[in-house]
Amino acid sequence: MPGLEDLYREIILDHYRTPRNRGELPPPARMAEGHNPLCGDEIHVYLDVQGDTIVDVKISGQGCSISQSSASMMSAAVKGKDINDVLALVKRFKQMMSIEEENADTTGEIDTSIKLGDLEALQGVVKFPVRIKCATLAWNTLVQALESPER
Amino acid sequence: MTFDSSVVRRDFPVLQRVINGKPLVYLDSANTSQKPDSVITAIDHFLRNSYGPINRSAYLLASEATDAYEGARAKVRKFINAPQVHEIVFTKNATEALNLIARSWGAANLGSGDAVVLTHMEHHANIVPWQMLAAEKGFEIRWIPLTPDGQLDLSDLNTLLDGAKAISFTAMSNVLGTITPVEQIVSAAHRAGAIAIVDACQSVPHMPTDVQAWDADFVAFSSHKMCGPSGIGVLWGRESLLDAMPPFLGGGNMIADVKLEGFKCAELPAKFEAGTPPIVEAVGLGAAVDYLTSLGMESVRAHEVEITAYAMRSLKDRYGERITIHGPTSPACRGATLSIALEGVHPHDVSQILDQENICVRAGHHCAKPLMRILGVTATARASFYLYNTESDADILTDTLVGAFDLFGM
Repeated sequence: MPGLEDLYREIILDHYRTPRNRGELPPPARMAEGHNPLCGDEIHVYLDVQGDTIVDVKISGQGCSISQSSASMMSAAVKGKDINDVLALVKRFKQMMSIEEENADTTGEIDTSIKLGDLEALQGVVKFPVRIKCATLAWNTLVQALESPER
Repeated sequence: MTFDSSVVRRDFPVLQRVINGKPLVYLDSANTSQKPDSVITAIDHFLRNSYGPINRSAYLLASEATDAYEGARAKVRKFINAPQVHEIVFTKNATEALNLIARSWGAANLGSGDAVVLTHMEHHANIVPWQMLAAEKGFEIRWIPLTPDGQLDLSDLNTLLDGAKAISFTAMSNVLGTITPVEQIVSAAHRAGAIAIVDACQSVPHMPTDVQAWDADFVAFSSHKMCGPSGIGVLWGRESLLDAMPPFLGGGNMIADVKLEGFKCAELPAKFEAGTPPIVEAVGLGAAVDYLTSLGMESVRAHEVEITAYAMRSLKDRYGERITIHGPTSPACRGATLSIALEGVHPHDVSQILDQENICVRAGHHCAKPLMRILGVTATARASFYLYNTESDADILTDTLVGAFDLFGM
């Protein structure tokens, strides 16, 4: 549909139709629940963290194509990764989404050399400001899950 | 009986906007309505000529402003057929009116062992104030469930009302469009010794309202959904109840006297109107009442039944089983609010695609999360029609949804 190509890229639709890492992880895996209070989107992020590594990640919940594809891409991007690398990726992703970190002192530099890969497909969301929260919901929930204790 | 909505549409300046060469298709009136020229002009004229304080000064402007403000109250009384003008209390919106009832009547009358009955189709504004109060006072909240076609399931109504002190329910669901049997519920409540509170936010703008025929005890609604400005709502209450209630907010205007030892409340309605009220907004609301009255509320309702039937039929004819319209299937027992679900397409994506054709619909939970959970969805796309919507608006909606199926059809 004209005007929407930047938003609904094929790779986004692919992740929406066939989401990766869909499901739940049993306790003691960490879990956080994210809500978009404006529209009712829900995302649950489950993390199995061993040492400094995210060994496994699962996503459940419901939402629009942007929130669900962003969650799917995120899960693929963080599985098996070191937590510090993941936090750097979160910052890089939010920078792409034009979100300034509120507390610049504690967040440190954004490593612009980090490759976003498939995630770059979400860049078009920036042109649709209302949808930015959809794209970042999974990422905020991921950070919450990392900060949560094991269940 | 009905009117030509394409003529009515010309009364609304914003609906003349053309964006990217296409007309504006405003289908979000259940959220908030657009304003006719007459309301905009009344506000403009009042601000340019007669604005001043109300109820507190002797000069001409103050007198004109007071007359305008009180004149609006008189118009509202007539519009809903309330017995007495001082039973009309201006609030910030319907939400504040419902909070006023909970905080004033509720706090004075509800305690441990008591019960309040609500329904599964309430807006958060008629749930959360009661939950907040219940957390303090320890009363029970009971719920009227729904039937599969989105009506209230009243089969256990008398049991639910047994021992309850109040029932508070919507006259029309903001999600399903369901028109509830207000008189039947009020009458059952009174037989059980409970008072009946009606959230009429969705019904007052769309059909004739007679609070005496309803025999309700309190009725709340908002100006902004009925062609008036935002920032003002209405609480109507029975004089005997309002008189017995403690004040809600304290401050200027709501007192008869203040001494160091304490205060004495003003008479109704000032008792519940602390501080400088929404004066300009009241003037706008009065003009909105005049506008709706000139069209005739019977005609507004007749138009909405027609446009609802047309839109439902068009959507079903085109998309069949691929589209679900939540709530009652008969246009005669529902309002013009269509919560639609498209197979395989999320409501946010629906609204994004509709926005390409300047179609304004709401996507989300509509401040009714308990109902969303019962429907088994996190969101719906809601197209709501009003007196300025035409069959052409419905056609553009139906046609544009093709794009959603094309893009997301799985």
